[in-house]
Amino acid sequence: MLDERIAAELVGDYIRELAASGQRKDGRAFDEIREIKIRPGTFTKAEGEAWISLGATQVLVGVKADVGTPFPDTPDKGVLISNVELLPLASPTFEPGPPDENAIEMARVVDRALRGSNAIDMEALAIKSGELVYMIFLDMYALDHDGNIIDAFALGSLVALSRTRIPVVEVTEDGEMIVKEETFDLPLRDLPITFTFIKIGDALMLDPTLEEELVSDAAITISIDSSGRVCSIQKRHGSFRVDEIKRAVSIARSKYSEVEGILREQGGLV
Amino acid sequence: MPLIVEKKPEVLITEDGIRTDGRGPLDLRPVKIQVGLLSRADGSAYLEWGGNRVLAAVFGPREVHPKHMTLPDRALLRCRYNMAPFSTPERKRPGPDRRSVELSKVIREALLPSIFLERYPGTAIDVFVEILRSDAGTRVAGVTAASLALADAGIEMRGLVTAVAVGRVGDWVVVDPNHDEDQWGDADIPVAFLMEEKEITLLQLDGPMTQEQFDKALELASQAADLIYEVQKEALRRPYEAVRLEILRRGE
Repeated sequence: MLDERIAAELVGDYIRELAASGQRKDGRAFDEIREIKIRPGTFTKAEGEAWISLGATQVLVGVKADVGTPFPDTPDKGVLISNVELLPLASPTFEPGPPDENAIEMARVVDRALRGSNAIDMEALAIKSGELVYMIFLDMYALDHDGNIIDAFALGSLVALSRTRIPVVEVTEDGEMIVKEETFDLPLRDLPITFTFIKIGDALMLDPTLEEELVSDAAITISIDSSGRVCSIQKRHGSFRVDEIKRAVSIARSKYSEVEGILREQGGLV
Repeated sequence: MPLIVEKKPEVLITEDGIRTDGRGPLDLRPVKIQVGLLSRADGSAYLEWGGNRVLAAVFGPREVHPKHMTLPDRALLRCRYNMAPFSTPERKRPGPDRRSVELSKVIREALLPSIFLERYPGTAIDVFVEILRSDAGTRVAGVTAASLALADAGIEMRGLVTAVAVGRVGDWVVVDPNHDEDQWGDADIPVAFLMEEKEITLLQLDGPMTQEQFDKALELASQAADLIYEVQKEALRRPYEAVRLEILRRGE
């Protein structure tokens, strides 16, 4: 809505001036991430979940498992479906309705980070070739939007997936499906972490707040896998020079173990 | 295909009135409320009620979009009840269905009499109720949370609205039906009260009841609402109490 843009306009010059002198409004260094917190408790009926905050931004991610028929071109692989809901309660600018282009972009970027790093062992999710596989629904719910929802979604997804336990399903010889009492851990082979940068003038800032996002000239999201490889990139609005993108990738790689450590410390990675 | 297969319990309530979750007929499930946890909303409340998890947020008074919906003499109250895809045993497809459209309406009408809408002419007040985890009684949990979110937003109100469900299981009238009773019980009656005047602002009934049982159900709903009302008021006071203590501390 209008008020948000007017506010950004008013504070924009100040944020730009600060950026030019190497500072941010909340006092963080350019490559500093806001506090990551995992809220303890049970909040959903999902097989894996995480309520995570990144500064004042809060998201809730739930992983639901189901079974269904595989895609014809991947008869021996499970199915991952990623979905983002930018709930109207998270921001005065979010409106009720089906996911808009921003929501769809975020869902697809998180999805690509997981696929690009082969994070989920999709072969292990096949039950009967060509007939029955596990379907994993990754539902990302924005609760409170103070910037960089996408990194919050990616972190929340990682935590939720690592906590996911799925009931064992078997198919008998006469084709009957049996859901067992026992469960298994969703097979996670990698832990891709997503880093979003914005550009304000010449400044490259990690993990932007909403105010910073609104005045930014450009934005890019980069995912790094556990061996330091880049596994997905999405240039979002604006434009970057080649050297800026290289710098962003290098900062993201250098930040990987710090963020992974925070998630582990808080019991986020099982 | 659902991975969770539900089984009907053999006995919903014993001869001594013990329910499937161990409660007596008049016992409420535990209720916990936190007010003001969202930074962008003008008011918010998070509520845990038994296995239910509900988040309510209020935006407004704010400009009305689309403009033609503007009411010249009072605020436009809008409400959206929505269930998260991970709120149910089997994943729910995102987006409104007939049930959520109806619940949005009855929740709006449960809250409406509590608000001095005429104090905010030409504006919109938007109430969003998100069911994160459902475990019987989500609409009454939603109303209870939403009323607090309105208060947290500083909207001028006649008082809080408190909602609770009562039900019938065989010959028993039970307070706050659980999942089993909701699924296989004989009647379900969600009720909301504007607590100041004990006016009923939401009442639905699903299942046959004798006059005697119905009278008793309303009586029990009223008593249960009194208990929840205390939890609501305490939750609303808590953030301000923290501020008051901080001021006292600094003053020393």
